[in-house]
Amino acid sequence: MSFNKKLNAVMLAAAMSLPASALLAADLKVGMNAEPSAIDPHYHNLGPNNQMAQNIFSRLIEQDEKQRLNPGLALSWKPVDDLTWEFKLRKGVKFHDGTPFTADDVIFTFERAPNVPNSPSSFATYIKGKTAIKIDDFTVHFKTAKPFPLMPQDVSNVSIISKKTAEGATTADFNSGKATNGTGPFKFVKWVPGDVIELVKNPTYWGEPVEWDRVTIKTIKSGPGRVAALLAGDVDFIDNVPPTDISRLKKESKVQLSQGISNRVIYLHLDQFRDDTPFATAKDGSKIKNPLLDVRVRRAISKSINRDLIVERVMEGVAIPAGQLLPGGFFGVSPNISPEKYDPTGAKKLLAEAGYPDGFKLTIHGPNDRYINDAKIAEAIAQMLSAVGIATTPVTMPKSVYFKRASSGGPDKSPEFSFVLVGWGSGTGEASSPLKSLLHTYDKSQGFGAANRGRHSDKATDALIEDALATVDDKAREALLIKATELAVGQRLGIIPLHYQVNTWAARKGISYKARTDERTVLNLVSSSK
Amino acid sequence: MSVFIIRRLMQSVLVVWIMSLLVFVGVNIVGDPVDMLVNPEADQAEIERFIKDLGLDRPLHEQYWYFLLNALKGDLGNSFIFNQPALKLIVQRIPATFELAIVALLMAIIVGIPLGVYAGLKPDGKISKTIMATSILGFSLPTFWVGMMMIMVFAVMLGWSPSYGRGETASLFGIEFSFLTWNGLRHLFLPALNLSLFKMSLVIRLARAGTREVVHQDYIKFARAKGLSQNRIIFVHLMKNIMIPVVTVLGLEFGGLIAFSVVTETVFSWPGMGKLIIDALNNLDRPVVVAYLMIIVVIFVVINLVVDVLYSILDPRVRLQDLKG
Repeated sequence: MSFNKKLNAVMLAAAMSLPASALLAADLKVGMNAEPSAIDPHYHNLGPNNQMAQNIFSRLIEQDEKQRLNPGLALSWKPVDDLTWEFKLRKGVKFHDGTPFTADDVIFTFERAPNVPNSPSSFATYIKGKTAIKIDDFTVHFKTAKPFPLMPQDVSNVSIISKKTAEGATTADFNSGKATNGTGPFKFVKWVPGDVIELVKNPTYWGEPVEWDRVTIKTIKSGPGRVAALLAGDVDFIDNVPPTDISRLKKESKVQLSQGISNRVIYLHLDQFRDDTPFATAKDGSKIKNPLLDVRVRRAISKSINRDLIVERVMEGVAIPAGQLLPGGFFGVSPNISPEKYDPTGAKKLLAEAGYPDGFKLTIHGPNDRYINDAKIAEAIAQMLSAVGIATTPVTMPKSVYFKRASSGGPDKSPEFSFVLVGWGSGTGEASSPLKSLLHTYDKSQGFGAANRGRHSDKATDALIEDALATVDDKAREALLIKATELAVGQRLGIIPLHYQVNTWAARKGISYKARTDERTVLNLVSSSK
Repeated sequence: MSVFIIRRLMQSVLVVWIMSLLVFVGVNIVGDPVDMLVNPEADQAEIERFIKDLGLDRPLHEQYWYFLLNALKGDLGNSFIFNQPALKLIVQRIPATFELAIVALLMAIIVGIPLGVYAGLKPDGKISKTIMATSILGFSLPTFWVGMMMIMVFAVMLGWSPSYGRGETASLFGIEFSFLTWNGLRHLFLPALNLSLFKMSLVIRLARAGTREVVHQDYIKFARAKGLSQNRIIFVHLMKNIMIPVVTVLGLEFGGLIAFSVVTETVFSWPGMGKLIIDALNNLDRPVVVAYLMIIVVIFVVINLVVDVLYSILDPRVRLQDLKG
């Protein structure tokens, strides 16, 4: 045997003894916190389902990791008149089964999506009042009855499915894979509920080439369980790293963290509609007129909160103090509002001016299993308010009980509490979403103020929001949104913003994630640095 | 005899009905699934459509009436979240939970009985004292903590075992089981051990107490006098007699094992019934919670009914008493 042959034999033996994982480098194992309730992309309009749909399907317009709008299955879009938007579709795109994508699929999608039977939360939210019309194979018009500037944002939430495979299909057909035929980066293989979802690469994906040949997604609900699975090497990548583990994982040499600010603001909503509010009393427990109606009291509360301290101690540094509805960089964010400075003396002065020199008694209600460290935040705020004389008791409860009471637990389905801790993530990635839902006057017939749990109401704000929602020109609309934010949050303190959440993903060394502001885990954004 | 059985059957139906009322009302007055399931950005009209679709706008007694009518047809309602029959969702998860519980039970017996008998035969030995002290730990340490420690030590630090979930499965009688594959067994070991620790300690204590009692009995002394070998005395005469209480208790405890698996399944992300019920409770998926509790109620009622019937066959006094009363 020559030297070369010997060497080859040794090399071969060495190669064969390599662990399997090194040979199948393009396999990705993922441990995820939440499982979708169906693979059908139009069944349930909620985070876990929408993030899974993004792996398998594409939309006409895609929201990138910062929720900016980019061409998806549509190359361009523009309003042709006040009531019509024109979308030019991408040519040469193929579904996973090889059929070409055309305008027929778009029309079919927009007919099916709002009408999925028994949907727990339907896509009608985005499609209501829009009619899709096919102009030619690669041009679609959307007609509305009123000018509708948020067309691109709404369209960017609806996954396009194949007319050929999905006609007449039920949600169960999608779950089994029979009707699951998309144009997204991955093809669906199988779903074992509660256990695993398997995907393989779509080699003909229209976007950036996909790095992973095969993706296995395991649902691991417990936070420590996900971290342990990563440390043990059973998974390569996990989402929703618990804040308590972040400092530990930072020291771990074989782990790499990816962090990013989210579009979710944690804020306080205050009762601004009842003269007699149930959870604010005088110090001796006797009834008083609702002090939260007075903007000076609201300002005093905001001033007495030390946001930096909450971020540093309660959130372990993983959050950013907030002064408005969305962090900087989003559409409709005012350059003039910064987080309220901690000023207990100023707070006491304002309280005295408002006629409460000795403060009053208040209860803060919050969930204890919805947002990062929510119960601890409520406790911290209660202490900070007590320090300026507003004797505050924190009461927290599971989200399954909390939200019902906070939204409609009182008489006539009014909000039950006086002072609540809540969070809001903007699905559209701009300021109209929180303005419309949190700060516009509660108006059932028009669908405004659906999450306005303090029933903040101001005619000037309402007018600005409604104007913005009818202004198609981007610049003019942004100016209106900024004005509305400055009025409703900056001056009137309709809500008191606390901080923006920061989300953390973790992976084994060499794998990174483009942290998304919408908190979603989308697997073609996971990349290995080779 | 048949009068007795008919009477017992009627009582059982009554118990199931009362339980269905309690469970249904209890689950339906807590919280609101709407806030858990509807996208926060949905407007009031969309929220109302959903409430109507689920029938939550109807008064509670009407909802209960529909539930009862459907339940009689074997339909316990559709999951709010998955829009699939709740019964089907639960039945799908039964093999995973039973597999875990049965393996845990076997572990408890295989490890617990020899250790217990040894500790009973040599009550003053150092090893026996160690066994008994350890069994106290098995009783008193919380399952979830032990589970997490096991993951830390055996999966993260030593890397001997996978840290979570169920491994590959293979089909037997059309049902997927994971103990049939090597990968599945590796995944099964830690959670089963975690679940079995409590019962293992129980078996050790029962076996020890039984042994201590039986060794002093006359028939053991007689067997010794007869010159039988130590092995024969232990494995035939002693073992047979200590098994009676052990088997009785373990039979009764099997239900508890399935119930306790909720904790182990959560810690190890084991896709069984327990994990399903926890998720359903968190998201207020009421039909699944109600169906799960109803299944458990029916299982217990059936077990009790069978026991009662067996008793009456074994002991005529029971059914005579019942006739008089």
